[in-house]
Amino acid sequence: MAGSGTAHLRTDRERSLVVDDLVVEFPVTHGTVHAVSGLNLDLLPGETLGILGESGCGKSSAGRAVMQLPPPTSGSVHLGEVELTGLKAREMRRARARMQLVLQDPVSALNPRRKVKDLVVEGLEIWGWAERRRDTFVDELLTSVGLDPESVREKRPHELSGGQCQRVCIARALALDPEVLICDEPVSSLDVSVQAQILNLLEQARERYGLSMVFIAHDVAVVKNISDRVLVMYLGKTCEVLPSDGLERNALHPYTRLLLASVPSEADADRAPAGVEAAPGSKAVELPSPLDPPSGCRFRTRCPLATDRCAAEEPRLRELRPGQFVACHHPDPTLADPTLADPTLADPTPEE
Amino acid sequence: MTTPSVPDLLEVTDLRTVFHTARGDVRAVDGVSFRLAAGETLGLVGESGSGKSVLGRTVMGLISSGPTTTVTGSVRIGGHDVHALKPSARRRLWGPEVAMVFQDPMTSLNPVKRVGTHLTETLRRHLHCSRTEATERAVDLLRQVGIPEPARRLRQYPHELSGGMRQRVVIATALACDPRLLIADEPTTALDVTVQKQILDLLGSLVAERDMAMLLVSHDLGAVAGRTDRVQVMYAGRTVESGATRPVFAAPEHPYTEALLASIPNLAHPPHTVLRAIEGNPPDMARPPLGCRFAPRCGRAAAGCTDELPLLVGVPGSAGVTGREVACHHPVGLSAPLEGNRHGR
Amino acid sequence: MLAPEPIAVRRRDTRPVLLLTGALLLALGLAVAGWAAGTTVLVTLVRMLVLVAGILAAIAGLGRVARGVRGKPVDVVFWLGMTWLVLILGAAALAPLLPLGNADDSVAGLTSPIFAAPGGIGAEHPLGTNNYGLDVLARAVFGARTSILVALMAVLIGTTVGGLVGMVSGFVRGTTDRIVGILSNALLAVPPLILLIALGTVLDPSIRSIAFALSLLTIPSMVRLARANTITVAEREFVLAARALGAGRVRLLLREVLPNVVLPVLSLAVVMISVLVVAEASLSFLGIGIEQPAPTWGNMIAEGQGGVMEDHPYIVVVPGICLFLTVFSFNLLGEKAQKRWDPRAAKL
Repeated sequence: MAGSGTAHLRTDRERSLVVDDLVVEFPVTHGTVHAVSGLNLDLLPGETLGILGESGCGKSSAGRAVMQLPPPTSGSVHLGEVELTGLKAREMRRARARMQLVLQDPVSALNPRRKVKDLVVEGLEIWGWAERRRDTFVDELLTSVGLDPESVREKRPHELSGGQCQRVCIARALALDPEVLICDEPVSSLDVSVQAQILNLLEQARERYGLSMVFIAHDVAVVKNISDRVLVMYLGKTCEVLPSDGLERNALHPYTRLLLASVPSEADADRAPAGVEAAPGSKAVELPSPLDPPSGCRFRTRCPLATDRCAAEEPRLRELRPGQFVACHHPDPTLADPTLADPTLADPTPEE
Repeated sequence: MTTPSVPDLLEVTDLRTVFHTARGDVRAVDGVSFRLAAGETLGLVGESGSGKSVLGRTVMGLISSGPTTTVTGSVRIGGHDVHALKPSARRRLWGPEVAMVFQDPMTSLNPVKRVGTHLTETLRRHLHCSRTEATERAVDLLRQVGIPEPARRLRQYPHELSGGMRQRVVIATALACDPRLLIADEPTTALDVTVQKQILDLLGSLVAERDMAMLLVSHDLGAVAGRTDRVQVMYAGRTVESGATRPVFAAPEHPYTEALLASIPNLAHPPHTVLRAIEGNPPDMARPPLGCRFAPRCGRAAAGCTDELPLLVGVPGSAGVTGREVACHHPVGLSAPLEGNRHGR
Repeated sequence: MLAPEPIAVRRRDTRPVLLLTGALLLALGLAVAGWAAGTTVLVTLVRMLVLVAGILAAIAGLGRVARGVRGKPVDVVFWLGMTWLVLILGAAALAPLLPLGNADDSVAGLTSPIFAAPGGIGAEHPLGTNNYGLDVLARAVFGARTSILVALMAVLIGTTVGGLVGMVSGFVRGTTDRIVGILSNALLAVPPLILLIALGTVLDPSIRSIAFALSLLTIPSMVRLARANTITVAEREFVLAARALGAGRVRLLLREVLPNVVLPVLSLAVVMISVLVVAEASLSFLGIGIEQPAPTWGNMIAEGQGGVMEDHPYIVVVPGICLFLTVFSFNLLGEKAQKRWDPRAAKL
């Protein structure tokens, strides 16, 4: 099916997180939602893996299933040496604390009835303080994420801006000294100017704490900026795994290319205004239902290159360039449209 | 693009929208003026709290003076002063003169009404056509917005459609009475990336085909960059910079525009490029800073910036050609302060 | 154009005008109401209409005065209701210390006149006496004590039990939830009055057992509210975030869910007090609640049966007004609390 396979896993390296054949399904009234169908991924220590996809592609379900919130329908998750699936409740909670989650909406991720000084040390209250002293540690934590302890310590979430709330969430996650940080769309509800602050903060935190990070988002440029490696998902399947460096030029999977072509930019103005029927891509194509995903390659219903083979046979991930794995029967490199890949056209900023 | 003899389709003059809240008066829009001619697309960009959405709604007349709101200044659409009209007369403008596309297609469609009902109701109310005529036009409209099998879609309910499809229906409803001005308030924010592009393409080609004017309100600089003729950058209720889109984005004059553009991750840059974030947060609009609203976050701020509010003035050299204007004491591209923007507070 | 223009003042009336018209309206309303209450010229129905009109005019007048004094609109009805609650709760709490007449000693009542007409302030029996010669004012105050005590106890039991059960079942879901759902629906399906009559015949008519019986009325709705709120809260992201930090179930329930469920539950509890005051009155009216001569508002109203009310209306009017005002005031309070605390109304 569109994109399984384990060719991209680096079994010969030391890995901080390994996810094998992860399947997440939810029963609903009229059938089963196939949110994630056989996802494989691994994460090296200190590496950031970006998971890119649109809403409904299963990227958030995958992130939560890795945290075992709730546990996946099948598949295994190894955190270091520990196999998470099938752990007892108490051990599971302890293992979960070694991974941390940063969510999309920072305001609703914080209990509205509690104060910042209690929120940031929530994890420590659960797991014990070790030798830390509460008053100084709260301030250290807040300072480390760029908040002024004096002004925010006694506040409740609704008195803070979205960016400040996201800083509190990040501080709370870092307080437990996790090995893996899973960020689920951490900047998509924030303003552009604040988004950059949070991305820089995550980058600093990753360096300072030696974190491995899974960064889930729909914005290609954001994912490219923060990741070392990018995994593109579509309808619960992997389309492509590739290094983030040069992603905009090297992407081979038709879906990745579609995502890149959809990035709005000044270049859109250069295309001749065509009639509605003629405008490429303006014809509405419905996303297939995750209740009943297409056979073979799941992207074939929207793919310009689809053939009968795509309906019959599921493509598997193959290494087409060093470090770049593509699950597509027709990954024609000539597909790369120079106007789409030209970085200067996708760039509204002048170079200094 | 604009000939002086023909009055512009939309003229907004010194518009202010003030909300009276428990925390004091919030000046969401604080003295904004602009013009828009037929066939032209103007982008209103800014972050949340910049007042861009309130501005869009005030232009439409959806926000007007009332017990909790005061609107001053004027909005003229096709010669009608929107805020001087009686509510009933204003409603008659909605449809044939001006229509709006909202951010969330799920909430702007009534979930218990069929797609067809949304369209035919508008058609019959404004154009007084018969039921069969209205249905024919509705099918035609759905086809124009690129919806496959329009006749079948008419009988469906909004929840049976995908987000992109719903937004197309919203656009079709807005177009039903052939408006001369379309106000699109974050029309793609609630949609998926690949669908966003389709919707923007659709809006662009509709504007071109029908010679409409469009006001595109968006926080997405990329979307505005590629789809508008002119752009107006808003910060804290005021216009900080305006002009033809391409020069504004290529060489911003206002430090805010410059910083905003620089803070967006860029696909052309290698991974782990440190972003130039704008420190701090947008101001509390109930207690805006004195002087330039951006001064507390501005790298170029000098002593005068915090007590003198800069006015929007033409940028020398390019003025008259593109109508480039900036409200800043120390614009990026100029070493000397601009003449004429000094004004005691 | 730079200086901020003053925002147009929308209030047309100036302060002195407000104060003057308000005071006039208040005085006029009170005068009309007083006259209507005392006069015998008009038929009863017209008198009642005039009385109500007078009271409404007085309230409107008071509203204008308050607006004149405070400079902004004031919810006068709410504050009148709160004043009543403070008065009645204070009187009920301090009843044994107040210089009140004989409330429940029917032997001593033999020496007092029966059905003495209300004598007004300063008289021996300001609100008259009943057929045992017991003082109606004293009985109204001691009746408040019983009525409110029973209602408060019942609500306390109902809120605690119902709230906890609802929260746990909403959090745990699954089989527990299904069983709780069936039980609470079953309890809701029994007509409340029949349930109370059945319990009243089994239990002895003490304050404690009546409170217990009444609490059964509140439990199902409390369970439903607490359960619904818990389900909503448990789906919010901060609960997911706390689980991601490794929080266990007990901690999630106590630290994350409880603080967000307790306020809506409390605001329903306030509304429930007024429901239970009425329920207790109904029970006592039917003679299966607190028994005579111990007073409650319900059994005081019941004294009006058998033609007494026609000759001595105050026997019914006094407890009736107490009951009405108390229930009304608790409802106002509950409504305000719900507006303020219900997370669905105001999303924090």
